[in-house]
Order: sequence, then C-alpha cells, then structure tokens
Amino acid sequence: MTTSTVQKMRPWAATPKDRFITGLSVFISAALSVLIVAATPMKGKLAYFGLFFLAWFIVDSIFVARRGGAKGVRDGLAAKVTLLGGIIVCMVVFSILWATISRGLKGLNLEFFTSNMRNASLFDPIGKGGILHAILGTLMLITIAVVISVPMGILTALYLTEIKGKAAPLIQFLVQAMSGVPSVVAGLFIYAAIILNTPLRSSAFLGGLALTILMVPTVTRTAQEVLNLVPRDLREAGLAMGATQWKTVALVVVPAARSGLITATILGVARIAGETAPLLFTVGVFDSYNFNPFKGDQGTIPTVVWRGLLGGTPESIQRAWSAILVLLIVVLIMFVAARTLGSRSSKN
Amino acid sequence: MSQVNYTNQNGKLMSDQPKNTTPSSLSDVASKRAESKVAGTQPLGTGLEARGVHAWFDKHHALEDVSLDFSAGTVTALIGPSGCGKSTFIRTLNRMHEFIPHTSMAGQVLLDGKDIYESGIDVTKIRLQIGMVFQKPNPFPSMTIGENVLSGLKLAQLKVDNQEDLLEECLTRAGLWTEVKDRLGAHAGGLSGGQQQRLCIARALAVKPKVLLMDEPCSALDPGSTLRIEETISQLSKSMTIVIVTHNMQQAARVSDYTAFFLSDGGPGQMIEVGPTNEIFSRPRDERTENYVTGRFG
Ligand SMILES: Nc1ncnc2c1ncn2[C@@H]1O[C@H](COP(=O)(O)OP(=O)(O)OP(=O)(O)O)[C@@H](O)[C@H]1O
Ligand SMILES: [Mg+2]
Repeated sequence: MTTSTVQKMRPWAATPKDRFITGLSVFISAALSVLIVAATPMKGKLAYFGLFFLAWFIVDSIFVARRGGAKGVRDGLAAKVTLLGGIIVCMVVFSILWATISRGLKGLNLEFFTSNMRNASLFDPIGKGGILHAILGTLMLITIAVVISVPMGILTALYLTEIKGKAAPLIQFLVQAMSGVPSVVAGLFIYAAIILNTPLRSSAFLGGLALTILMVPTVTRTAQEVLNLVPRDLREAGLAMGATQWKTVALVVVPAARSGLITATILGVARIAGETAPLLFTVGVFDSYNFNPFKGDQGTIPTVVWRGLLGGTPESIQRAWSAILVLLIVVLIMFVAARTLGSRSSKN
Repeated sequence: MSQVNYTNQNGKLMSDQPKNTTPSSLSDVASKRAESKVAGTQPLGTGLEARGVHAWFDKHHALEDVSLDFSAGTVTALIGPSGCGKSTFIRTLNRMHEFIPHTSMAGQVLLDGKDIYESGIDVTKIRLQIGMVFQKPNPFPSMTIGENVLSGLKLAQLKVDNQEDLLEECLTRAGLWTEVKDRLGAHAGGLSGGQQQRLCIARALAVKPKVLLMDEPCSALDPGSTLRIEETISQLSKSMTIVIVTHNMQQAARVSDYTAFFLSDGGPGQMIEVGPTNEIFSRPRDERTENYVTGRFG
C-alpha cells in the first residue's frame, strides 16, 4: 500500500503563464481595435469585430513565434481562421433566430394557436384570429411529401448503392440534376402537368407532389451517403449465411444505417418545410380549416408569412413574424420527435 | 433443414485427446493430433472438392489452377505468405468471390459431387451449406446477441421448432454460452473482440452448414480466445468439414488434419503442396514449403 496520494496532473494543459499570454493578446487586440476605431472614420460593430480579429492574428502570432517559431505561427493562424469561420456561422444563425424570436414573440397568444382567420383579417389588431389552419395545412403537406418521398428516396438510394444496376449512372445524374431544380419550377411543373391538363384543382395533395420533387433528391443523396458507410463486411456476412440480397438489405444494411436514414428524412423535411413558391400554384391560400387533402385550397404557414409581409401594415407584418416563429417551433418539434423515436426503437 | 447428422466420423475422437501436453515442435504437435486419425476412412464422394480453380480480379490473375480435396469431417489449414491468394481461394469455395466487381474465375468446386458453379443452381442454398467466418468479427450491430445467433434463420428464411434450444446449442458449441447466457438481449457491440468472433461462429452454426470456411478467425484475438476457438474447431470437426486460413503455424499444427501451402512468386498464387499436417511440418516434399514452415522465408 502506498501512503502518499498521487497528484493528478495535466502536463498537456495550458499553464497559468500560457493563459496569461492568451489573455494578454486578446486584451491588446481588443484595445487596439478600440483605438483604431476611435482614430479612424471606421464605425460600427463590424469594424470592431474585423479589427479585433486582424489585431489578434498579428499580436498572438508574435507571442507564438517566440516559442513555436514559424510552424507554431502557421498552426495558430489555422486555428484562428477556423474559429473565425465558426463564429461567423454562429452569428448568422443566432441573429436569424434572434430576429425571429424577438419579433415573433409579441404576436403569440393562445388565440394564435387555436383559431383560424375566417372571421379575422391580417390587418385586425393582434389577438384576433390565429393560424391553426395553416399549422394543420403545413403538417398535412409535410406528411404527404414524407409519405411519398421517403420510400422513394430510400429505394432510389438502395438501387444506387446496393443493386448498382445498369441505370445507376443515369439515375445518379438525374438525382443530382433534380437537386438543383429551383422550387418555383417544381410548383410550375405540377401546375402545368396536372392542373392545366386534368380536372384536378389545387389541393394539399398536389402541393405535396410539388414538395416531393424537391425532397426526393435530398433524401436520396443523404441516404446514399449513409448506406455507403455501412461496412461491406456486414453485407458479406449476411450473404454468406445464405440470404438473398433483398433479405440482407432489409435485415442487415437498412437497420445498420437506420439513424442515418432518419437524418436523411429530417434533412428532406428541412428542405421543404419553409417552401412558399411551389405552394402558390398548387395549394393556393385559404383562411380556414380544410381537412380534405385531395380537394380545395389549403392554408399553410409559408403562405401566411408571405401574405402578411406583403400586407405591409404593422399588424400583418407582426403576424408574419409570429408565423415564422411558429414554423420554426413546428419543425423543431418534428426533428426532436424523429430523433427520440429513432433512438428509442433502436434500444429495444 | 432440421435433421443434421451429428454422428462422429470414423476415427475422429480428438476431443478425448489430452489438450494440455506441451509440444516441443510443430511436427510433434501435428503428429500427436494425427494419431487419432486414420487416413482414408472418410466416405468418398462427400465433402468439398476444388478442381482447377483460377481466380482473377479484373485482369490480375490472383490464383492459378488450385485443386484440393476437403473430405467430409476433416480440418484443412491453408497457409502461405500474405497476398498468395488464400482468401481469394476460400471465397471461391462459397461463391463470395463474385461479390467483388469485375472478378472472374475458372474451374469447378464440387459440394458432395455437385458443381456449385453450375448454371441455374440456387446460390443462396450453396452459401447456406458452406458457412463462413471472417477475419474481422462482424456481428450485426443493430441486433442483440440472441438475434445475431438466430439471424441466419430470418436471413435464409428457415423454420426451426425450438429457437431457444438452437440458440443455446449454437452458443455452447461456439464456446460462448456461459459468458452470455444472462445477457442475450444485450447489443452484440458490447462484447469483446474474441467474444464477438465466437458469436459470429455461433451465428454461422445456426444454419447448420456442412462446411465452415474460416479466414484467419483468430488473427485479432488474444491467446485465451484463440484457444477457445481452436477447441471449438476441434469439436465442430466431428460434424462438419472445416477449412481454416491461418498465419499461425502452431495453430495449423494444433487444429488441422491436412495442410495446404500456397505461394505466389510474383505471379498468380499457386498451391505448392498439400498433405497430412504432420507430414507437411516434419518432412515436406517441396523445398519452398520447408523454408516457409521452418520460418526461413515468407
Ligand atoms: N478486391 C481485390 N481487388 C483486386 N485485387 C485483389 C483484391 N483482393 C485481393 N486481391 C489481390 O489478389 C491477391 C491475393 O489476395 P488474397 O487476399 O487472396 O491474399 P491472402 O493470401 O489472403 O493474403 P493475406 O494473408 O494477407 O490475407 C493479392 O495479390 C491481392 O492484391
Ligand atoms: Mg487473406
């Protein structure tokens, strides 16, 4: 038995001196950026931000150069550039979130979630009417699009990764081309192909078809990536046990890739949830509930936003922001639900 | 599928053989083993037979004219330096070679006298009868331990009356039952590498193959697990034909009845010589075999 306790150490961690130097260079750079902004005509947050990083690149490199030499400087610069990239992305995301939340919250109330706009107009004072019809409409559209495009996308991906048939290069090319289709074209296509040529008129179903055109390539390409990650070992193990290829795919490959396939579905939904343009020709706009997916116009959150912003009055714009916030919440709930359902059934 | 003969082959009583004698040389080990064997007692016309097998990867000729007999109930070890075509050969034996794109082959592989490459034959039935254990343990990650063992039933669409019994039987034969019997519902990924490999053996056994091909099944395992698997092989060889690729001479000497030496001299891999294991290790006919088994090259 040893009597002395061993001291835990982290020789690789930053020493107080290192931390002091890091702090010092940040402080000097901050001071420099303030000085330069004060001394020159540059103004604004962006100037502080840009100058701070510029100064920090230089000041910290000088400190680093004393210990790490040119190699250390390059390493430090690479680390800072990636940090800068990360910060810029976070700023964009958070400012979008912040704009939506700060402006949207004001218009939220119980009425907004529980009623429709049949007896209210976009220009009425906030508190009158709600967008439940649009929430239900959007959910209906997303459901239709998911029901069609997830099987279609995953089957296409399976054809491309597992069967690798003669048509694979052509299909691969088409999928790639389809993912570049502007969303308005998808709407126009359904309009021209179905509404102009058949007795069918705008409905949630046709909107779902338009969204499917946008969703299938996303699902296919993501599913393809995750299926390619399934080790070949597993496929061979299945086949070596006398399974047909179909059985191997269904019982081994797809279950192994399941969480990735859920991600593919989520990315597909994210792609279409906010689409407005294709809905205008195919679903129209509507101010009340329509529970028939095959007949009649349908209210959707994106079209509520679109009309609200076009309305131009403070009330209608407020409704638009609140509807955007609701869309974010709806999509968030769907993602969390998909993830938890996915991980729960994989444990059983 | 439900009736499989487990009757002992003539002269195959290796399990009665003391395992813990400390061998002094490879040929000693091998001849110890061979004492319990009487050559030529295996029934003819059964087992697996490769006749003039060639294999190509695209234009690369990887295997040239290999003819080998694996009579029923024997263990054959394939040895030889890396890249000489052992894996390629073993994969032609249960038609796994064709899964690699742009490959081709020539020759015949006869299972109980019938060519498995004959046109119109049901490949899945062939693979059901010729099981395979891979170098790297590859349990199905989405399944539990129990599901892994029984996965072959679902994959090959077989019906079995008592799955519980089959589960226990396969895990016992693979030497894993006592370690996992209390956690059959746990995920297979939580097992150690050696346990995973034995799970893969149990999985292969569940569909009751006539032949078991093992491509370096112990190369990633510790000595303890290796010993367990070797005991398993000895047990299994009473009821099936086993072909095992190994880089471990000791292992070849310990587990096999026959040994085949493969070599590639820059060109396609060839089978240099085959014979009873103790002869290959004590008095090989070919100089290259001798050099290899004595460790002078390779
Ligand atoms: N998928 C493949 N594509 C092209 N060539 C291959 C492929 N697999 C193997 N080969 C080639 O075929 C030859 C035989 O390879 P093989 O894997 O059968 O050797 P091996 O004897 O099993 O070696 P090791 O002991 O290292 O496993 C080698 O020259 C190898 O480069
Ligand atoms: Mg190999």
